[in-house]
Amino acid sequence: MRHLAKAHEKGDGMKNATVGLLAALSLMLASTAFAAPDQEQIERGHKVYDKWCFPCHGTGVGKPGTDSLVARGQKPAVLEERTDLTVPAIKTFVRHGVLFMPMFRKTEVSDADLDAIAAYLTRNNKP
Amino acid sequence: MRLPPGVTSADFSKAIKEFEAVIGKEWVFTSDEDVDLYRDSYSPLWHEEDEPIPSAAVAPDGIEQIQAILKIANAYKIPLWTISTGRNLGYGGSAPLLGGSVVLDLKRMNRVLEVNDKNHYALVEPGVSYFDLYRYIHERGLKVWLDPPDPGWGSPVGNCLERGGGYTPMRDHYDAVCGMEVVLANGEVVRTGMGALPGSKTWQQYKYGFGPYVTGMFSQSNFGIVTKMGIWLMPEPEAYLSGTVTVSKHDDLFPLVEIFANLVNSGTLQATTLLTSPLWFSPPNEELDALRYSGSVPGLEDYARRKNIPYWSVPLPFYGPAKVIAAQWEYAKEKFSSIPGVKFEDGPSYRFPLSADQLAKMTDTVPFGIPSLQIFSIMGPHGQGHLGFSPIIPMTGEAVLESQKVFTQVYRDLGSPGGSATTFPIFSFFARAFVNIYLFPIEHDVEKNRKTREIYRRLIKESAARGWGEYRTHTTFMGDISDTYSFNNHALRHFHETIKDAVDPNGILSPGKCGIWPKRMRKATA
Repeated sequence: MRHLAKAHEKGDGMKNATVGLLAALSLMLASTAFAAPDQEQIERGHKVYDKWCFPCHGTGVGKPGTDSLVARGQKPAVLEERTDLTVPAIKTFVRHGVLFMPMFRKTEVSDADLDAIAAYLTRNNKP
Repeated sequence: MRLPPGVTSADFSKAIKEFEAVIGKEWVFTSDEDVDLYRDSYSPLWHEEDEPIPSAAVAPDGIEQIQAILKIANAYKIPLWTISTGRNLGYGGSAPLLGGSVVLDLKRMNRVLEVNDKNHYALVEPGVSYFDLYRYIHERGLKVWLDPPDPGWGSPVGNCLERGGGYTPMRDHYDAVCGMEVVLANGEVVRTGMGALPGSKTWQQYKYGFGPYVTGMFSQSNFGIVTKMGIWLMPEPEAYLSGTVTVSKHDDLFPLVEIFANLVNSGTLQATTLLTSPLWFSPPNEELDALRYSGSVPGLEDYARRKNIPYWSVPLPFYGPAKVIAAQWEYAKEKFSSIPGVKFEDGPSYRFPLSADQLAKMTDTVPFGIPSLQIFSIMGPHGQGHLGFSPIIPMTGEAVLESQKVFTQVYRDLGSPGGSATTFPIFSFFARAFVNIYLFPIEHDVEKNRKTREIYRRLIKESAARGWGEYRTHTTFMGDISDTYSFNNHALRHFHETIKDAVDPNGILSPGKCGIWPKRMRKATA
């Protein structure tokens, strides 16, 4: 998230709403307490992630989400390899979108699915 | 609470309760937080007063639930905006055209009902995405290809109804439609084509049935809700090969396109390609920038000769039996050889199925029938949204040049930098005519979007003045484009309205879609 904010400062054309979103996400990163998700939830999240997130955020060529994060200096750029994402930040991205990533409706990714994605993407976070 | 236009708060509250009773509270979305998820992320009206935001969304699962929703919507005259997967980004996404409409979200109807790899077709519900259909085929090892559009999360039903395009020989998506099931505004269920015959064994194999062919009426329209669709698939081809034809002179464009059109219309070339000028895509430098801006033909030809860059280029993709496509490429080369100085370059060739190693190296799998989201890199890593302007122009060199000139001038007149020589890429999604697709960046920036809309509307007018019309557009411009299809004092629109009033007398289905408004809303929008 820090890097997203940095990208904006370079003048990529985003406006106040996006700045506000990114600032809020940075705060979430800094302040959210860690809670270990259970294995079943992580496995469900992996499946939902593969269906909805991997085509853009996966490894390999032709993945615009990963490419965008690379271009903006995010390390690692593949979301599954991150250990610093927080549940509120993940939920905010999915429900509000960012840059060319649109928001996702509840008929696509339900609240329960989103909880599972968040569990999967935070599975390796350090307490 | 946001309200549909002309509906009282009391009536809307009653309707919502009735919706909840028939499909369950979980599938009726009314909070701003939930309903905002139906906004168009790529809206050219983002953050403006006119941005069409829905009042609610309902997500039925099954025809009976749709019928119950229609009964309620008819009683309270509530406009319903139907979406399949709602991923038509660049054309409106999941947002309605008329603010305050209730979105009828069919995403939960996501069943692949049949895939047949002997007669090569599928029967699907509207919530099925290209990814879903691909997975279904791949997991079962069926030897058929689908033809995805650029973004794979869209719906085959939605994309075919919008008459989208792909890249393989099945690229004309509406042309692949074979039979529909449609729920009319009064709740009646109609099956078109052979589907009207009870127990039909050929609903997805023969398009026309008996009597008037009405399937097409449900594409780009608001006459009914399509709940099932038959789509023809392609037998997995044995092989693919491509070759590129390049020519060195500006005027070589005329024979190049004439021969190209002959090859397309005779069936030798069956897949989508892109006619470009390598001069436009060459790395920018001061001299080339100045030449491109001036449009000086002798200057550009001289530059191309000195730098050994072709003036025009067209890659030719071939799919089919290896021996046949090799012969097709040889035949194409023979035909193009009548242009002095023409050059040919062999491109990639593959045998199918592709190996995991081949797939891993492929940036864009869409031309090989494998859905992807790769297209979203098109506006760059910091891009936000896009909006496509896409007029259909004749498949002639004259039309290509004239369109570039006209569109470039619109840009310059309105204060934006414009180039020359295929600034506006020329695609061959369909036989006999080119599609000129230009993508505008969309940002959450009111002033930039206002400027984009101004340019877009000028482009529509300049196109129409020359006899070119758009094949599809964003909801924001549906009225503008409908206005241009005005032969004989808008006789076609009057016909559409006559049908609309007959099949949807309360005007509840997708008001304004493609310029078709129900009677009760016409005066306000005339």
